[in-house]
Amino acid sequence: MTKIEAIIQVSKLDAVKDALQEIGVEGITVFEARGHGRQKGHTEFYRGREYTVDLIPKSKLEIVVADDMVEKVEQAIIAAARTGKIGDGKIFRSRIDEAIRIRNGDRGDSAL
Amino acid sequence: MSGVFLVAVRVCLIMLCLMAVGAQGQTSMQASPSAQTIDSSAKIAALEQAVADAKSSGDNGWMLVCSALVLMMTGPGLALFYGGLVRKKNVLSTMMQSFAMMAIVTLLWGLVAFSLAFAPGNSFIGGLHNVFLRGVGAHPDPDYAATIPLQTFMIYQLMFAIITPALITGAFAERMKFSAMAVFMVLWSLLVYAPMAHMVWGKGGLLNAALGGRFPCLDFAGGTVVHITSGVSALVCALYLKPRLGYPKWPMPPHSVVLSFIGACLLWVGWFGFNAGSALSAGSLATSAFVATHFGAAAATLGWAGAEWLRNGKPSALGAISGAVAGLVAITPAAGFVSPMSAIVIGLAAGIFCYFMVTKVKNAFRYDDSLDAFGVHGAGGTLGALLTGVFASSAVNPMFKDARGNVMPSGLIEGNAHQLVNQLAGIVIAWVLAIVGTLVILKIVDALIGLRVPEDHEIQGLDLSLHGEEGYYWESPA
Repeated sequence: MTKIEAIIQVSKLDAVKDALQEIGVEGITVFEARGHGRQKGHTEFYRGREYTVDLIPKSKLEIVVADDMVEKVEQAIIAAARTGKIGDGKIFRSRIDEAIRIRNGDRGDSAL
Repeated sequence: MSGVFLVAVRVCLIMLCLMAVGAQGQTSMQASPSAQTIDSSAKIAALEQAVADAKSSGDNGWMLVCSALVLMMTGPGLALFYGGLVRKKNVLSTMMQSFAMMAIVTLLWGLVAFSLAFAPGNSFIGGLHNVFLRGVGAHPDPDYAATIPLQTFMIYQLMFAIITPALITGAFAERMKFSAMAVFMVLWSLLVYAPMAHMVWGKGGLLNAALGGRFPCLDFAGGTVVHITSGVSALVCALYLKPRLGYPKWPMPPHSVVLSFIGACLLWVGWFGFNAGSALSAGSLATSAFVATHFGAAAATLGWAGAEWLRNGKPSALGAISGAVAGLVAITPAAGFVSPMSAIVIGLAAGIFCYFMVTKVKNAFRYDDSLDAFGVHGAGGTLGALLTGVFASSAVNPMFKDARGNVMPSGLIEGNAHQLVNQLAGIVIAWVLAIVGTLVILKIVDALIGLRVPEDHEIQGLDLSLHGEEGYYWESPA
């Protein structure tokens, strides 16, 4: 089992969710995040004082899938989320030791 | 001969008696003036009373509405305006400061402060004639407002007394103890507000232009009494309490410009009660003040937004609403004395001037006047009081008459350069009273209870540390 974490533009969330549904992914968790890679922030002005905002709102997705799905999921996310500009985001892949369905105790791939 | 004469006299007497009896409601047996004339006089007197009652009813209705409008300026107008400008963790404590004034100043006013401001006394302070609102009832006091009950005048003035200290809270937002603030405001209302109100608006007041003060300062709705005193006191407080933790390095942007926006709009509408209501009647002077107020606000909005657009490349919502407030402040002393076109000039000047006070000057001197009480009210009020001396026109409101009753020019442009001296007198007295009074009170309260919250309270936020509450509880479970 593999966890895929994707940090994407907030405006691409709907497109990515739709793309994942189309390839049959049923479980997803979404976080509201702030952050940056190489993307510059912006400045705001309040009564003449300048505020540099460098933590930019992003959407973070966590999906855990069976190993044979990993490539498909990553390709789907990239296709839906890419604009070609700095700020598109990143995907991180990691191993999952165990997954358990709380409702009935299923373990492993059948819990996903 | 005499017999015929006597009969003629008797006939005349009988005829007179018949006429007297025939007249409605007249029962006098003596030879009275024509019963018809008495009846007409009574009718005219009754009509005159009815007209006076109608005018009174119109004026009183208007003034009660104005009183409500001015109260709305504090709650929720100012509460929202200030609340939106602070960080989320301090929103309730900021609003609470304004709300507390509505409660505390009201009681103080009824017990003693109204008397100190408006009862007869000396040039500087009123007496105790009206303590516990004794003598303040349905009967008008013609020196103040001849067509409304004195009680209406009292409640209207109370709303001014409430908002003035509330304005000061902007200077020490996010770091002052609630208990210390409450004590400070009680003392400030007695030692600074009441004397200033008495000098400008009270009988025998040194600066009272309407009632023959030694230095007749034209202040229609409180540019000196409300804005200069509160704004300058705010500056003293900001300097005495020192800046917030982390100021100016840590970012402290407003947590909700939306709340401030709503507050500012409520202030603009409420200000019609503040300025137009200062005519104390529902006639054409109220209209004139209403119109001047509105035009001043509009011009100042464009002044501030325009200046910001040029300097920063974008006109901000916060800038626009701040400009409107600055214009309203500046037009406050002038509202019932200037034409709409003059109001536009005053507004434009205030919008631009206050913009620079709040951006350049504040940053240059590094004082933490958190919500710009001095930059907008102190500076705007001073500018407005001066410009009142420039633009006041007897055509709008004839204030000064010579010994023979001829109307004299009011302001500089009309030909009365000397009025600027009187305006300066009011301005200087307001500044000095505010500085000295505030310093003394701060020292006393600091010695008694301490003014500033401890550091960990300030970091946690005053809503939690002083009031045990959170403003927004959006993470609560469904």
